Amino acid sequence: MVREYTCIMCPLGCGLRTETRQGERGEEILVTGNTCPKGKEYAVQELTDPQRNIATSVLVSGGELPLASVRLTHAIPKDRIFDVMGEIRKRKLTAPVKAKEIVIENVLGLGSDVIATKDIGKI
Amino acid sequence: MRQTDVVIIGGGPAGLAAAVRLWEKGVRDILILEREHFLGGILRQCIHDGFGLTRFGETLSGPEYAGRFIDQVLEMGIPYLTDITVIDISADRKVTASSRDGILEIQAKAVALTMGCRERTRGAIGIPGQRPAGIYTAGVAQSYINLQNKMVGREAVILGSGDIGMIMARRMTLEGAHVQAVFEVQPYASGLPRNIEQCLNDYGIPLYLSHTVTDIKGAERLEAVVVSQVDECMQPVLGTEREYCCDTLILSVGLIPENELSLAAGVELDSRSKGAVVDENHQTSVSGIFAAGNVLQVHDLVDFVSMEAESLADSVVRYLEEGRLATCMLAVKTDANVTHAIPQKISGGEDFKLSLRVRRPVKNAFIRLSQNGNIILEKKMPKAIPAEMIQIPVKARKLNKESDLEVSVVW
Repeated sequence: MVREYTCIMCPLGCGLRTETRQGERGEEILVTGNTCPKGKEYAVQELTDPQRNIATSVLVSGGELPLASVRLTHAIPKDRIFDVMGEIRKRKLTAPVKAKEIVIENVLGLGSDVIATKDIGKI
Repeated sequence: MRQTDVVIIGGGPAGLAAAVRLWEKGVRDILILEREHFLGGILRQCIHDGFGLTRFGETLSGPEYAGRFIDQVLEMGIPYLTDITVIDISADRKVTASSRDGILEIQAKAVALTMGCRERTRGAIGIPGQRPAGIYTAGVAQSYINLQNKMVGREAVILGSGDIGMIMARRMTLEGAHVQAVFEVQPYASGLPRNIEQCLNDYGIPLYLSHTVTDIKGAERLEAVVVSQVDECMQPVLGTEREYCCDTLILSVGLIPENELSLAAGVELDSRSKGAVVDENHQTSVSGIFAAGNVLQVHDLVDFVSMEAESLADSVVRYLEEGRLATCMLAVKTDANVTHAIPQKISGGEDFKLSLRVRRPVKNAFIRLSQNGNIILEKKMPKAIPAEMIQIPVKARKLNKESDLEVSVVW
């Protein structure tokens, strides 16, 4: 089976092509079109278990800004994005917030932490 | 009047990187002037990741990327002022700034222009129709959602396939809004392929090329936009109108370098890049005034903004040591397939980095640099798109000091 993807690992955006076929050692995935090893990794990941990182914000009380930006430490399965958004939305922080601070540990048991990406000072 | 070696106008990614590099090279009498309350510039609201792959070898969010430089500025103790707006720069490098404390006048030996860029608006592209609320540029919507916790709307249409527009399509979807489609007047996307993939395709948001908004309806709040197909000359095709009910229209229709202050100083601008004409030292047509980052040319990657500003800082150090930098006499000329090229002036005696964009997508092309008909170098481009800035290092040993440099795209 042949599938095509656009790599999202860097701005080059290589056009990737995966071909799945039965080899001597079971199923093999052949990747073409990548410029670097990350592209190959991405194509295989995308074919077998597509994952994404997400960035959003968490409410902060008593801060110089009403929101602290957050992201995930590791990518999560693509079909769990909105579940994770729901979890993050429930969370509220109190200033001060420091970048790298863990906001939710191991969110929904997916092996990824939600971390703050910005300092929010107290007012 | 206060005397300062280097005044840096703007504390965004370009200004911060220039300041840190100057400090590292021993310049201590620096002052960064920032209009907003915080350092960091536009990166403060760019909370998505994907920054820093080139500069730091890892992918960071905008605030984290800015944070790396802000931390260095604070550690080094580089002087900066926030909540202060520069209102004038003179050709002899007198900088006038205004804040709540009054007017500040500074005589600088060198000025670094690092003010960034602005978004094109509805007025700039002349969309006809009524003038209701609910029409935002992508960056304004981003500021509302990511900094001020204000949701801009629920049912959105996006005009323009710039990167920020696509990133806002994803951001609004994550926040529960419905983004119906992105319309692009050109026959190709103006943003990067990876953003089409991860911001649109991931969320089932369609991208229509060769389409534009031809009418806006709504008295108080936006109620609908009319979208038409356009022909090869980008003229709307009669009979193709389709109405989309929506409360929000996001515009991602281009960025323009912010050069009001440059003009005040008498800096010559390039009508193609909309930024200053600079030489290989990033020096503008006014001696001692330098420019880098989005105020010079709109970049697609912040990594290259920082690196350009660091290169500016290296030149400023030489300028401070030597009192002046020699005028570069050779012009960099481009053919019709190149949108713009930076620098516009070279000496022929120094290594430099050439930045350029192609006017339309091309495959299996060559970027050719020649002097007086002799080919200096050719860079093979399996794929080149206007969304991606091309940078080519050029070695002085390949150049002569007599002839202009010609840049062309051939295939």
